[in-house]
Amino acid sequence: MARKISYQQAINEALAQEMRRDPSVFIMGEDVAGGAGAPGENDAWGGVLGVTKGLYHQFPGRVLDTPLSELGYVGAAVGAATCGVRPVCELMFVDFAGCCLDQILNQAAKFRYMFGGKASTPLVIRTMVGAGLRAAAQHSQMLTSLWTHIPGLKVVCPSSPYDAKGLLIQAIRDNDPVIFCEHKMLYSMQGEVPEELYTIPFGEANFLRDGKDVTLVSYGRTVNTAMDAARNLAARGIDCEVIDLRTTSPLDEDSILESVEKTGRLVVIDEANPRCSMATDISALVAQKAFASLKAPIEMVTAPHTPVPFSDALEDLYIPDAAKIENAVLKLIEWSKRS
Amino acid sequence: MSQIHTLTMPKWGLSMTEGRVDAWLKEEGQVIAKGDEVLDVETDKISSSVEAPFSGVLRRQIARQDETLAVGALLGIVVDGEASEVEIDAVVEQFQATFVPGDDAEEDRGPKPQKVELDGRLIRYFERGEGGVPLVLVHGFGGDLNNWMFNHEALAAGRRVVALDLPGHGESTKQLERGDLDELSGIVLALLDHLDIPAAHLVGHSMGGAVSLNIARLEPQRVRSLILIGSAGLGEGINGDYLEGFVEAANRNALKSQLVKLFSNPELVNRQMLEDMLKYKRLEGVGAALRLLVSGVFKDGSQQLDLRGVVQDGQQPVLLIWGSDDAIIPANHSAGLKAQVEVLPGQAHMVQMEAAEQVNRLILDFVQQH
Repeated sequence: MARKISYQQAINEALAQEMRRDPSVFIMGEDVAGGAGAPGENDAWGGVLGVTKGLYHQFPGRVLDTPLSELGYVGAAVGAATCGVRPVCELMFVDFAGCCLDQILNQAAKFRYMFGGKASTPLVIRTMVGAGLRAAAQHSQMLTSLWTHIPGLKVVCPSSPYDAKGLLIQAIRDNDPVIFCEHKMLYSMQGEVPEELYTIPFGEANFLRDGKDVTLVSYGRTVNTAMDAARNLAARGIDCEVIDLRTTSPLDEDSILESVEKTGRLVVIDEANPRCSMATDISALVAQKAFASLKAPIEMVTAPHTPVPFSDALEDLYIPDAAKIENAVLKLIEWSKRS
Repeated sequence: MSQIHTLTMPKWGLSMTEGRVDAWLKEEGQVIAKGDEVLDVETDKISSSVEAPFSGVLRRQIARQDETLAVGALLGIVVDGEASEVEIDAVVEQFQATFVPGDDAEEDRGPKPQKVELDGRLIRYFERGEGGVPLVLVHGFGGDLNNWMFNHEALAAGRRVVALDLPGHGESTKQLERGDLDELSGIVLALLDHLDIPAAHLVGHSMGGAVSLNIARLEPQRVRSLILIGSAGLGEGINGDYLEGFVEAANRNALKSQLVKLFSNPELVNRQMLEDMLKYKRLEGVGAALRLLVSGVFKDGSQQLDLRGVVQDGQQPVLLIWGSDDAIIPANHSAGLKAQVEVLPGQAHMVQMEAAEQVNRLILDFVQQH
């Protein structure tokens, strides 16, 4: 039965239900128990924002706090995965990836290929992404395209509590390394989530809104921003289709193309920096495969090519908002009228 | 004596709170008869026509095209007899002054389905109305109690009406043991016991029709009459491609190409319907339950149990309702049976949704006589 819970609770529930179902699933990372070694519920914080709270006591010995060494514990998780267990490893902020990139991109991502398909690495790396928490340049990046660039990794970025639970369960059951990107500004978002277990397949985009005038493609937090923009534009008689990619790798190219072939106009919204991003990637895809359907140039609404600012005012300007998306859509509609 | 009727936004299904007026189908000043389609309304889940619950002249179109209004809001004024503009103004003014749209909180307070544990399984059911010999609504393969969203309320005007989610469906327990008609029939009988219903009129759609027939076979004394809509159990053929395609469909395009086979108007298969169905199909246990049912009840595209004998024995009166263009179970399965047969031209498998008013009237007239 579906009831309303938060994105954060949905992730916690997915972890708990999968750990109950499959004894080979365990959690490791910095502060995922929090205060382990000290007695009492209060000492188990369950991660820096409390996402894994309560699991340490429910699953003794299966929620492991690690030293502050990404190189060490991510490597241990990769090794454990190749030995037949299913670690869910938390990289507290995606920004810390620099400390363990070799373990992920040279080791985990390559094993299946380099061992002729005989090795599998059922590893999930849960990691917090995105700006908005006033956490400055080293704790706010949207590094999804960095992972998407690497063959051998699957990359997930849920935009709602329902998707967070179903995609995380799918990630845990998947036999390849999955980078599971949780947007920190969505943790408190409420939504209907079934109590039962369920999985959402990778590479299946979600249509949040059907429309005939413009296609809005996004993933993660900005899917919700795109929906706000679509609602505002509907009041002005502009009918937007909103597509949530759910996973950037694999990428549901068919859904994007199917939609653009119908609307003829595309706005890609991406919170990441613009160079070599999902925004440019999807724009290239559409320019290459649906050029004849386009009635106007493709618009991209992205962060600027700068680090995430610490100043509140500048950080708010940095993040794509509904007004920027609406302006991009209006520009496309105007363009079609002109020509 | 003249009467000024207010035509209001209907509530279709459990979650509807508002609807958007798509188009008026009748002009101001036009005479309308009870049951006529007056305007089209669209919700996030489905679009359908609002039918006049009364006869008269449509004097006012209050709701404008494309306007979104709450359930219960005033759509128009129908006058049976004579009424002056001033009198109509007064009715409209009074309605608008006292109308309070329901919000989400009110929806929570409204009638809600219940759950009960039967034979170790949680079964969801929804009860409306009181009195009389109860009607029990049994949905088909892959359906749930929301398949009766356009029927339940109307049928419950003068009697108790119960709809349930069969095991493997809706919000009932997903696990099935054998996946045959006896197992499903057993759950319906257990629910009748739980609700202290000694005998009922059974309304079964598709596979739910076969379940109803099987209940009449097993315990005829509990079945007052059978109303079977696009029913299984009355012939061998069934659209095996649909069953296979529906069970296997894991994304919206694959699912859409199957669901459109159920409706005469393919536009009814909208984004929300597909999303709701995918959410159901993703739940742990659903795939296995559906596959078990296909192999138990509809193996290799042919129905496993012939229940025509139940109808021919004539222990219960039987009403058969079929869409002439049913692409899942052909309407010619109704031929040669000792029953009142109503084939609705142009309609498809989900005839109780697409021609709800007509189906409701047939059912009400039928149970009145029996």
